Amino acid sequence: MKKLLLIGMLLIFATGSSFAEYRLGALFSTTGPASFLGMPEKQTLEMLVEKTNKNGGINGEKIELFMYDTRGVDAAARKKFIRLVKRDNVNAVIGPTRSGSTLAIKDLAEKFQVPLLSCASSDKIINPLNKYVFKVAPSDKHAVRKIYFYLKTKGMENIAILTAQNGFGDSGRDALLSEAEKMGLNIVADEKFRDNDRDMTSQLTKISERNPDAVICWGVGPAPAIVAKNFKQLQIEAELIMSHGVASKKFIELAGDAAEGIILPAGRLLVAEKLPDSSKFKSMLVDYKNEYESTFGESVSTFGGHAYDAFMIIKKALLTAGKDKEKLIKSMEEITDYIGTYGIFNFSKKDHNGLDKDAFILIEIRNGDWELLES
Amino acid sequence: MQFIYSGITSGSIFALVALGFNIIYNTTGIINFAQGEFVMIGGMLIYTLLSIYGIPLFMAVPVALLLALIIGILFDKIFIKLVKVPNEINLITVTIAAATIIRGLAMVIWGRNTLNVSGYIPYSVISFPGGSLTSNSLLVIAVSLLTAFSLSLFFKKSSLGKAFRACYNDKMAASICGVDVGHIRMLAFGIAAFLGVVAGIVTAPITYVTYTDGVMVGLKGFAAAILGGLGNFWGGVAGGLLLGIFEGFFASILPSGYKDAFAFLIILFVLFLRPMGLFGKKKAERL
Repeated sequence: MKKLLLIGMLLIFATGSSFAEYRLGALFSTTGPASFLGMPEKQTLEMLVEKTNKNGGINGEKIELFMYDTRGVDAAARKKFIRLVKRDNVNAVIGPTRSGSTLAIKDLAEKFQVPLLSCASSDKIINPLNKYVFKVAPSDKHAVRKIYFYLKTKGMENIAILTAQNGFGDSGRDALLSEAEKMGLNIVADEKFRDNDRDMTSQLTKISERNPDAVICWGVGPAPAIVAKNFKQLQIEAELIMSHGVASKKFIELAGDAAEGIILPAGRLLVAEKLPDSSKFKSMLVDYKNEYESTFGESVSTFGGHAYDAFMIIKKALLTAGKDKEKLIKSMEEITDYIGTYGIFNFSKKDHNGLDKDAFILIEIRNGDWELLES
Repeated sequence: MQFIYSGITSGSIFALVALGFNIIYNTTGIINFAQGEFVMIGGMLIYTLLSIYGIPLFMAVPVALLLALIIGILFDKIFIKLVKVPNEINLITVTIAAATIIRGLAMVIWGRNTLNVSGYIPYSVISFPGGSLTSNSLLVIAVSLLTAFSLSLFFKKSSLGKAFRACYNDKMAASICGVDVGHIRMLAFGIAAFLGVVAGIVTAPITYVTYTDGVMVGLKGFAAAILGGLGNFWGGVAGGLLLGIFEGFFASILPSGYKDAFAFLIILFVLFLRPMGLFGKKKAERL
């Protein structure tokens, strides 16, 4: 029975693939702790591939999608990447979802000479630069710069930082410290918390003794919500700023009233409808949002936007270059002024991310909803 | 000063968990490493009753507490009674296995997301000299201390409570005097689960509930029990409060990244210098 199934599956694979011209691989963490990132990416990509094929494909050729779940595990990402390259013979790979998984397969992309468009954020993915590795998610330093520019215009110079002790918090802390030095801001307090900490008043008391103008909290999950609550409880007189890690409705739900007035950097998709009509992004974002929400019956997430950008970039490159891998990379490096969900991409030979601080906009939480702070 | 107020809040939760450890230790001689999971279940139960079924608070709390007793008794019936060779090492291992199973089940039932329970009393900030507490934190402290007091009364005054203490002193003698030791052990698990669920209910609006919450709270409660002297009732309460205050204190004078480490470092020192805990007495043994 098992053999029969296997043969059947092989047949399906064989017949299905023999017609398709462009073979696109994808690695997303659709289960496991990062599934809230991976699921919207997977669904977005499926939606876009189906739509493109319905409209006649790329250069008249259909796209076939080979997608695997990494479960957020680095070793699984390596295994599935090799499978994509050797068995499925793909032209390019979108993903993985997580920074760690991307870094784990960086060397494989070079070894097998397959273009990889990561949906993860770590700066290390493109620095040092690997010819085959691209990244469509903005880096932490872009978010940090966006915040620091805002603080500078407000004349705030003394900053306290409160970061999570995990991958996201640590890389955020690095960016916060190094960018502060470049921009001449003073870090007056540098505190940390653990994801399972249930009380942050000790750290916040220490911070408030240093009289900062602004407190920047970098974390994901319930801990930043507790920071927000404790911040209100201690009546600290400073601006509270959070990272894009809390840019989800779940945060507002958890923090409740304490979320009011918090400022954070986020992707434009979050406030698509509230963008001014003059914005270059508005129509594209609203279309994507409506299409996603009507297809899957759940609200769109900025993480799905990464898969959107990755697909559009690879589509553009395939249109001009075809499947030759060297040409494909060259044409991706030549993409400029592409308006994506996360800002305007300007790739070059030296910049495989193509984004700057304007990938983010600043939003403020008002009446339990996101409001655009400035354009 | 703020660290004292916050420390007492988190400490009173550790105290309740430590009491759960002590009660089971006293009646069975084992450490129940699933004690923290009871706290998580408490939060999950109250979330389910309030937010999913929409039951009013004054009904939801008794229902949750009743369920807690049942869960504790089932825990004894399923995990503890069925062990063929019920020596201490085997039973402790079983509690670790049970904790993992409970956590897994909670993940399946309630999912991986953090769940929010809204406050039971109106939110307000009460200022104290050098710091402040929220109304919800005060509720945590009040409920925890009240629970500890009523439990100590139960052990001192009621005949059932006396049977508990008899089991602690000498199981053999207690059973000769007509105390059903197995029955007492079952009740001990019931009460331990009850305490955990009380802790889970009162903290849910402050800390939210996630299926992994039991791990850390269990470990800290265990540390509090050790600090106060394993098996000592008021030692557990004092140990919990002290641990909470130490934690807050270390986080406010040292780099906060080491907060948890310092809390456990205290435990190491206690074990090096005073192995019976701060308030523990050595049990007299006849040779």
